[in-house]
Amino acid sequence: MPTETPSSDSRVIVVGGGLAGLAASVRAAEAGVPVDLFSLVPVKRSHSVCAQGGINACNTVARQQGYSEWQHMDETLYGGDFLNHQPPVYEMAHWAPKIINLLDRMGVPFNRTNEGQRDLRLFGGSLFKRTHFAGASTGQQLLYGLDEQTRRFEAEGKIRKFEFWEFLRPILNSHGVCKGIVAQDMRTMEVRPFLGDAVVLATGGNGLVYGKSTMSVICTGAAAARAYRFGAALGNPEMIQVHPTAIPGEDKCRLMSESARGEGGRVWVPREKGDTRHPTEIPEAERLYFLEEKYPDYGNLVPRDIATREIFWVCEKGMGINGGNMVYLDITHLPQATKDKLAAILEIYEKFTGDDPREVPMKIFPAVHYTMGGLYTQYTAETRHVPEEDPYEWEYTDNNGEKETRKLETVTGMKHGDPMNMMTTIPGLYAFGEANYAYHGATRLGANALLSCIFDGLFCGYGVANFAKQQAGERAKDAKGEVSDESAVMVTQQEIDSAVAAENELLEKLKACEGDENPYEIHRELGEEMTLAATVVKTEERLLKARKKLAELKDRYSRVRVSDTGHYTNQNLAFTRALGDMLLYADAIIESSIARKESRGSHYRDDYPTRIDDPFHATSKCWFDADTNSARIEWEPIPLPLVPLRPRTYGAAAPVKKKPAPEATPAEPAVETAAPKREFATSPAEQPSA
Amino acid sequence: MIAPAPKTQTFLVRLKRQDGRDQAPYWQEFEVPKLDSQNIISVLQYIAANPITTDGETVEPPVWDSGCLEEVCGSCTMVINGQVRQSCSALVKDLLEDNDEALIVIEPMTKFPVIRDLFVDRQRMFDNLIKVKAWVPIDGTHDLGPGPTESPDKQQERYALSRCMTCGCCLEACPQFTKENDFVGAQAIGQALYFNEHETGKKLKGDRLDVLMGADGINSCGNAQNCAKVCPKEIPLTEAIAKIGRQVTLHSIKKFFMGK
Repeated sequence: MPTETPSSDSRVIVVGGGLAGLAASVRAAEAGVPVDLFSLVPVKRSHSVCAQGGINACNTVARQQGYSEWQHMDETLYGGDFLNHQPPVYEMAHWAPKIINLLDRMGVPFNRTNEGQRDLRLFGGSLFKRTHFAGASTGQQLLYGLDEQTRRFEAEGKIRKFEFWEFLRPILNSHGVCKGIVAQDMRTMEVRPFLGDAVVLATGGNGLVYGKSTMSVICTGAAAARAYRFGAALGNPEMIQVHPTAIPGEDKCRLMSESARGEGGRVWVPREKGDTRHPTEIPEAERLYFLEEKYPDYGNLVPRDIATREIFWVCEKGMGINGGNMVYLDITHLPQATKDKLAAILEIYEKFTGDDPREVPMKIFPAVHYTMGGLYTQYTAETRHVPEEDPYEWEYTDNNGEKETRKLETVTGMKHGDPMNMMTTIPGLYAFGEANYAYHGATRLGANALLSCIFDGLFCGYGVANFAKQQAGERAKDAKGEVSDESAVMVTQQEIDSAVAAENELLEKLKACEGDENPYEIHRELGEEMTLAATVVKTEERLLKARKKLAELKDRYSRVRVSDTGHYTNQNLAFTRALGDMLLYADAIIESSIARKESRGSHYRDDYPTRIDDPFHATSKCWFDADTNSARIEWEPIPLPLVPLRPRTYGAAAPVKKKPAPEATPAEPAVETAAPKREFATSPAEQPSA
Repeated sequence: MIAPAPKTQTFLVRLKRQDGRDQAPYWQEFEVPKLDSQNIISVLQYIAANPITTDGETVEPPVWDSGCLEEVCGSCTMVINGQVRQSCSALVKDLLEDNDEALIVIEPMTKFPVIRDLFVDRQRMFDNLIKVKAWVPIDGTHDLGPGPTESPDKQQERYALSRCMTCGCCLEACPQFTKENDFVGAQAIGQALYFNEHETGKKLKGDRLDVLMGADGINSCGNAQNCAKVCPKEIPLTEAIAKIGRQVTLHSIKKFFMGK
């Protein structure tokens, strides 16, 4: 007999206080369901603050120039190389203008035109101005807007905040339904259960799996990995976005905007391997402008994915600065007026490196920036009449380059308020924001991240509230009458206690371990290996090596020694625990990278350099297999209800000289024998929001 | 992703430590190798990975608060060589310039309770935001069209205030803000102004000014102007305090004549 039930009123648990988590909390609270909001940091300090560029939405001006929500959807699908499901993207693009209006009403200080309207800027992947922005800190401003509304509900008692609490695992009942979470107060180290009728994970990306990235120190991916460990599938974990020019730091990588190259910045390394002279002492003739030499037409302005790969290859050959992973980005030769124009970004470099980029070339290297993959989620599609703003007829070019006119009879979006929207494979457990794999496919367009996070919270948060109410209703019925242990809406005290006990046991085990391995050293090696094997250029050979290295790291992790024995605010212990989850997530990334034997979006396989739709126009759905302690991959086809597949060429110019074939023969031959012709993307598709 | 630099040079770090709330603080010293583009966060990371003092004693790794490391989240405020600031943007090479002892002293903020080592509890700052109703009272999240229009000048003025990241530098530097009193300080006053200047936000202006008229409000400001000097985001805090002062005066006169 069920001995413990949450109060008859429904309650929603939200884990993560970034844009997605806050939007979900506000939406659920507004729908009348109280929320317990958990966050590793005060929610106002979540990683969403780091986004700079802006947020995309169709708007009045762009509409009059011929832009539409439909086109925003199409750009997002095209940018994502069609790995994204279409109905959720359709819905997101159509909700975008409403979301901007709402943020505007919340008081977000969007930049303004002379007439006081919201100003717009041009961003990658589009020919129309569709990006709204607030200074150079749009993410911060949007987060604050939602943080303020959350505080308002907090003042009314409808949202309870649990800040500095870490999510440890979902609590599942005998039917595998999520009925709450186990969490730990990172100050007092108290571990305790929290019950709820629905749990939303809005826990962000996994940059720390790669050691140093552009992400915040809290973005370990551990929360998603814990859901994965307990039965939630991951979707496309191999899809990781790398930004070509970041400022490597001792502690993290910070973005350096592409505009430095746009204004004439040149990328180079010393021509002589092992030349350790100061850059200003290296004469022009002894510098290797490798992008300009290899791509005389485009020079330093080759598309981002190509720039990223070339920088990576040069460093792989040991040609980087001092043999390390860095190259010069040089603007010292530019006229003063141009340097002034770049002032804002040059100041960031100066602030964090102490070097003046006007005098000394900047040192840059690509850095992991965004996690497109994440927890696999579902949705309920809804077919409707074509709304006024969508085209009835439109022309498309198919995979064979044939032009065809398609006539829309209906459109397919996501059903508003449906409890299935963005639910993981664990009933009652949802994934929102960057932790959700749904919206960006194989590459994310710039200024779409903020949108997808807020959309998840606002649109799908309503479905979460409905699910919670439904569960509470059934619970009330069960509580009255014939309740059995089999009740799918109840959870027993024993189920709760055993989840808590398991987490305490894990902590005790970590604390008691008398091994000799340093967790920070394992993390450093993990980051280095993942960066080399599974970012910019992947090959079967390198990935197999990484698989071996991961096995070694997992083995060493079993002998890890926690250096802090304190019982209070033990960050060392928390990090060591998260390291175990990072190793698990890394395994899924490596396995899906091996399995996807094609190149698509951000996933570039040097041994399979083309997109191969049959069989890889499919989601790599990863399940955790406890027996092998590794990922089991299932390929799930992606329906195309709105837009057919077409090659992602971005208007294409001259083909690129192909890099010499890798020395190692791939384990399996490519499915397709077509000449591996790579083409230039003339529009910067792989745009981070900076 | 930086090539290992030759570890020829080192410097000393003196760290103020505290094992928990209400415990006595103590000092430890560490020798740290000097690296390129090293900030205080990476110094702390080095010490955490190699927690051995200059006396050769292996100690517990230090605890601190940090987040974005880009000076935008407000987490990593500390007192470094006597100066309150964000530790992510505090560069070692600047701190060691003209520093004959090659010594960096790192302490937690003094105006907030220490949780452990450099990690302090700044909940009071968030509570103060509730006190001054730092939000726009919207009708709900449904689609109700755009918000009020705003001139570019007004937007610039509000944007400057909206960059406040609740880091607490202004309060640490303020002679009036102490652990013992309940003065709200420059941060909450700046945010009150931010919302009073918004078309919908000003609907709660009276409520905000009521709070700021009280004993813990604007009257406690001693006009030392330290807040604006230490603000890492260069928020015009002294101007904000002056403006709120004028709003409070008008508000109290109005209240007097309305007989409330």
